Amino acid sequence: MSDILTLEGVDKTYDTGFNALSNINLSIRRGEIFALLGPNGAGKTTLIGIICGIVNATAGRIVVDSHDTQNDFRQARKQIGLVPQELSINIFDSVWNTVHFSRGLFGCPPDDAYLEQLLKNLSLWEKKDSRIMALSGGMKRRVLIAKALAHQPTILFLDEPTAGVDVELRREMWAMIRRLRGEGVTIILTTHYIEEAEDMADRIGVINKGKLMLVEDKHALMRELGRKSLTVLLSKPITQLPTELMRDDLQLADDGASLIYHYSTAETDSGVSELLAQLQSAGIHYQDLQTRQSSLEEIFVSLVEEKA
Amino acid sequence: MNHYGIKAIYCYELARAWRTIMQSIASPVLSTSLYFIVFGSAIGSRIVEIDGISYGAFIVPGLLMLTILTESTSNASFGIYMPKFTGSIYEILSAPVSGAEIVIGYVGAAATKSVILGLIILLTARLFVDYSIMHPLWMLMFLILTALTFSLLGFLIGLWANSFEQLQIIPMMVIAPLTFLGGTFYSITMLPEFWQKVTLLNPVVYLVSGFRWSFYGSADVHVGVSLGMIALFMAICIAAITWVFSTGYKLKP
Repeated sequence: MSDILTLEGVDKTYDTGFNALSNINLSIRRGEIFALLGPNGAGKTTLIGIICGIVNATAGRIVVDSHDTQNDFRQARKQIGLVPQELSINIFDSVWNTVHFSRGLFGCPPDDAYLEQLLKNLSLWEKKDSRIMALSGGMKRRVLIAKALAHQPTILFLDEPTAGVDVELRREMWAMIRRLRGEGVTIILTTHYIEEAEDMADRIGVINKGKLMLVEDKHALMRELGRKSLTVLLSKPITQLPTELMRDDLQLADDGASLIYHYSTAETDSGVSELLAQLQSAGIHYQDLQTRQSSLEEIFVSLVEEKA
Repeated sequence: MNHYGIKAIYCYELARAWRTIMQSIASPVLSTSLYFIVFGSAIGSRIVEIDGISYGAFIVPGLLMLTILTESTSNASFGIYMPKFTGSIYEILSAPVSGAEIVIGYVGAAATKSVILGLIILLTARLFVDYSIMHPLWMLMFLILTALTFSLLGFLIGLWANSFEQLQIIPMMVIAPLTFLGGTFYSITMLPEFWQKVTLLNPVVYLVSGFRWSFYGSADVHVGVSLGMIALFMAICIAAITWVFSTGYKLKP
């Protein structure tokens, strides 16, 4: 698969002296869904801003489908659509006018049939004459997506597209992203939600403190990231584990009152039922079970510490 | 050149004026008409002619210039400030349009609105004052050049402003006073000699004078100087805007 977007040595230091990005090297493959994960302030939005021309890079080179974003910015930008994180839109416009404006702005001749289909795909056609101020938050976000797609880009950036949206809309957006990928659009999304990346992405990049910590195939990364722990609260404390239960992924708590079992959500069989059966046959009774998934923040911290 | 991009910005801005027609057109026409009634008809009837022109007719070019300057500045500044305020500027910056094309779209639309407004006011003035236009083509050229120049200034103000208050400061605190003191309601030859010299430091004097010359053939300063001043001011605004787009000042962090 060829690369559609390449970043070489991209660096950003703001006037305040804050170094937002350090030597970012990244290649995005044509037609893939790439998820960029990172905590708040990691540099995700700055990176997208630089690629799209909203933020000036301090150093580095960006090439969009063989077009340099500095020397050949028209061709490079024509291929990119951006859905920003904030609902940044003129609320006095009508839906139709704003998507019409976006298409023209990106140098495309009018194509009412395409825009009509686009609005229908996003369930906005009925609202085409409504002012944006009259729409719900979810609909406003869809309008932003329609604006980003109005010029038929080949690369779509979605900056935290599902932040603050309800479950139903989130699922609708996931479906839309898959549909766009099916049409050949390369998708780059930033997110806090690991399940979002897990559900959709082909590859995942992790950014923290302006540094790209890793870029990996999703399945490989999920094995590393998707850890869960099961705490088995015992009816009576025990002093040590029976021999048949001694294994690396099972620990006895210091007070002997609980067992902690670590497993991966990426595996089809978590091993929980097998463990419980083993406890039963070993005559160890339990009164309660608690499961806990590592938060994304914890995962980031552990990843960052590992890679540092 | 991205013609569709320029057209999109230009039409969008004109549509905004149409959407806010009361504020964009009706309000300045009404307030200027009140000037004609109060200064031209009521007070003017008690003032002797200036340079052989009735007072009511004498103030027409100045009042027209006052409206053109303030409206061009506020239209253009508001046009670019609003996307900054709402955050929708991201779309302009990420689009395949150059700085020059953005300026053509926004400034072109603001200047068009001002010229249309100026022509409406000119027609409206006819209801109150009997005036003549000696050099109509020159009048039109002065009108267009002034609208363009002050739309460029307004665009700069819109780029610079961080708040609605800052957006209003220069039109209200600088341009309006300079216009009132720039010979809108009087000929600068009516001033004491010392103040005549001080007034020449006011750039609006040259605009009003040149514009009035196109109406009546008489001016406080030579028409060539007036044209030169407009050209100089326009060049300064274009240079400043070029610098803004090349550095990203207040646009791109």
